[in-house]
Amino acid sequence: MIDFKLTEEQVALKETVRKFVQSEIIPNAHRFDATSEFPHEIIRKAWENGLMNPAVPEKIGGLGLGILEDVIMNEEMGAGCLGMTTSIAVNTLALYPILIGGTDEQIKHWITPFLNEPKLASFCLTEPGAGSDAGGLSLHAKDEGSHFILNGSKMWITNAGHAELFTVFATTNKELRSKGTVCLAVPAKTPGISLGKHEDKMGQRCSDTRAITFENVKIPKENMIGNIGDGFKIALKTLDKTRTPIAAGAVGAARAALEYSTKYSKERKQFNQSISNFQGIQFMLADMATKVEAGRLLCYQAAWALDSDQHKLGSYYASLAKRFSADMAMEVATDAVQIYGGYGYTKEYPVEKIMRDVKLVQIYEGTSQIQRVVIARHLLED
Amino acid sequence: MNIIVLVKQVPDTETKIKISGDKKSIEKTDVKWVINPYDEFAIEQALKTKEQLKAGSVTVVSMGPDRVVESLRTAIAMGADNAVHVKTDQPLDSYLVGKTLAEVVKKESGQLVFTGKQGIDDDQAATFGFVAEFLNWPSASMVVKCEIAADKITVQREVEGGTRFVLQMPAPAVIAVDKGINTPRYASLPGIMKAKKKEIKTYSMSDLGMASEAIKTVSADYALPPERQAGKKLSGDAASQAKELVRLLREEAKVI
Repeated sequence: MIDFKLTEEQVALKETVRKFVQSEIIPNAHRFDATSEFPHEIIRKAWENGLMNPAVPEKIGGLGLGILEDVIMNEEMGAGCLGMTTSIAVNTLALYPILIGGTDEQIKHWITPFLNEPKLASFCLTEPGAGSDAGGLSLHAKDEGSHFILNGSKMWITNAGHAELFTVFATTNKELRSKGTVCLAVPAKTPGISLGKHEDKMGQRCSDTRAITFENVKIPKENMIGNIGDGFKIALKTLDKTRTPIAAGAVGAARAALEYSTKYSKERKQFNQSISNFQGIQFMLADMATKVEAGRLLCYQAAWALDSDQHKLGSYYASLAKRFSADMAMEVATDAVQIYGGYGYTKEYPVEKIMRDVKLVQIYEGTSQIQRVVIARHLLED
Repeated sequence: MNIIVLVKQVPDTETKIKISGDKKSIEKTDVKWVINPYDEFAIEQALKTKEQLKAGSVTVVSMGPDRVVESLRTAIAMGADNAVHVKTDQPLDSYLVGKTLAEVVKKESGQLVFTGKQGIDDDQAATFGFVAEFLNWPSASMVVKCEIAADKITVQREVEGGTRFVLQMPAPAVIAVDKGINTPRYASLPGIMKAKKKEIKTYSMSDLGMASEAIKTVSADYALPPERQAGKKLSGDAASQAKELVRLLREEAKVI
């Protein structure tokens, strides 16, 4: 029997995140969007209340929460500010490669500090020339026996300016494509690493986004997660786990856009009545609501499959959820601005920010087009 | 110090209240139940007091049907050490709640009681007084500041007009707190996971010697506030509008 009822703990954690979003995130979202400053204080509070690193297993002192819990949390946070959501949630993306491919000793060594302090980590996969073609990495890891020497660069790295640890994907031999890739745990302070400027983005403006340059960066072999040739696999397995929570962030943002415009449509008067009386507006709201619910259900389905270890199905469902939720959030946010009319186009009202913020979800962690490629590949395989 | 916090589960402030057919209660289906906001301040104050004393425990107590266990788990997730559920489905009033909770305080060897100044559902603001009376302890309500040193408790109460009134009393005592005393912490995620595994002690009314006790007041009638009238728009020039406004304020609204 199908049951959409959340457990008592899931309801409780949803409630906590919702309260946190209402008290800490929403009142500050506009200011951080305007200044594009990094929300250190909010991240610290999120950490104190256990909103960060939810996937770290219980055996080393984490909460060991599943994808569904991550989805529930991200929807709530996404309804407050997607920029902050990205900066709070990116630790999960950065730590998964170690949790997936690391030995018990590596997991303990690299992950424990994140449980003891509100530290940040960055996931470093994308390069100036390797975006959707993530297997075509150029960052070179020269194998020198006891260590690697890294040379090259990474692009669009979230939280890079504030992270203490980078999980870096590099190649020992570009000719080998994915078979030459490695995953390395790299302390951010390692000599030879330099950071680009904080990118001045259209949306999600408070999340820190930078380029990273590696110049003769020496990394000991014990920092390697898995073996040579495992890097790309670890990256894909990581993205399988994080894609659905990312989609849920977009569902949250779309939900907020729907709630704002529903309320506004009742207040806004034209032709001597609330615009919510007009069927044109009602149909827009009805379609927006349907899309939000459908997005959430796709996220829940993917989370269920991933949490029950139906990995292959989970990966497919996750692409469906990400593809649909990102695109639908863009549509819903655009319609929200439309319902607000001229006011919606100004920064006095909250919906234009949502429209700018959700645009990024169609791009990061696999564009909507790449999700379609994954979906089609699943459909067409023999 | 064994600190006891008395917690009431109430409808969320955003609930659309509907009155039941017989007008003697509210419709309870579709209600989202939460910890009474004033009791949240009490939980926070108890946790702060324990942290400041660096010793003791915080026990939350709630009375009512099975659903109140959710609120007890939230309190544990905030940091309370223990929880007690007085399980009953019978109708309650301040007298019966006060008398029963006083028994729980005795049974749990409570040395200090915090609670909210009132429940936001019935707004009776009576439970703290009944509890203090049945325990024969001193009490103070509308407390906005509370300091505990050795056996002496110093509290500040808000008095109408914004002045503050300082009271001192020995422990044990019942302290009913007001908004503004603190900012309640969140039920953290690690707290929620811990609360899931925590055993909650349950008492029946007869365990507390209350089997033959009955309520002394019954709710006879509930009514919703009258719907807000539409506003009036005045027309004419400024002088005649002002004149009309003064007339309406005097004759209709009767405020001047």
